[in-house]
Amino acid sequence: MSSTEHIAGTHVHRDDVGSRMGMWLFLFTELILFGGMFLLYSVYRFQYADEFHLAAKELNTIMGAFNTAVLLTSSLTMVLAIIAIQRDQKALSILLQVITIFLALFFLVNKYFEWTAKFHHGIYPGSEQLLSKSSGEILFFGLYYVMTGLHGIHVIVGMFLIAVMTRMTRKDIITKDSYVRLENAGLYWHLVDIIWIFLFPLFYLIT
Amino acid sequence: MQIHDKPHQHSHSYGAYILVWLALMALTAITVAVAGMDIGRFTVATALIIASFKAYLVLTVFMHLRSETKSFVIFVIVALLFLGISFVLLFSDYSFH
Repeated sequence: MSSTEHIAGTHVHRDDVGSRMGMWLFLFTELILFGGMFLLYSVYRFQYADEFHLAAKELNTIMGAFNTAVLLTSSLTMVLAIIAIQRDQKALSILLQVITIFLALFFLVNKYFEWTAKFHHGIYPGSEQLLSKSSGEILFFGLYYVMTGLHGIHVIVGMFLIAVMTRMTRKDIITKDSYVRLENAGLYWHLVDIIWIFLFPLFYLIT
Repeated sequence: MQIHDKPHQHSHSYGAYILVWLALMALTAITVAVAGMDIGRFTVATALIIASFKAYLVLTVFMHLRSETKSFVIFVIVALLFLGISFVLLFSDYSFH
């Protein structure tokens, strides 16, 4: 499984499969992190079904669907960036990575407007208006802010990660023959996408 | 001078990925449309089935699970299994309280 390169007398050890396996193991810890929250969500949703439906009416479905499309597209550009580098199309790969970063930023900007709109309506953790609602609605918004917030942090981390990859591609550290770093950044990015794939229907589509 | 065991080559073309992306976008549209209909208690189930299928597409195609060795697939299944066990245990505990 491990790969060894002999280039002009130098001896480089590399294990791309092991590297990706390590990334997957990390992704499993992420799965458990978010999985715990989905557990919490499912029990409270079961317990306060009507309140959850009522509270979800406050969320903007179109905005949520739009953001889903943005993230899915960013996943596409990320995977195409890997194909591009495999085909030795460095400039195209860099362009696709930069587009991915901008789509991530776009997602966050939408999220920002969404959250500030909620804040203006007086719905934020600990606000008087929120505390005057039923406990099921308070729980819904608590979970909404924690889960989309934690997801948002992952989007920010992913942006920085991809930015580092772009720099490495520019400096020829990531090349046609050595691109496992880019693949691992991609794996992380797709996980962030998968989490949103579940967050979207559970928060935006239950009205 | 020869490089052994190069990073694995995926046989996918740009077009194949774009097709999967189109499928994902279509599924998103479907899930929004279905949520607008009133099908009672099946709403959640439908939304979760569509989301699971989308996640499956991302895992197998975008995350290249299909072209990885079997051990990767087994790892993912075990991880999901443990998450599943947590859900089953939690709900069995919850329903007997």
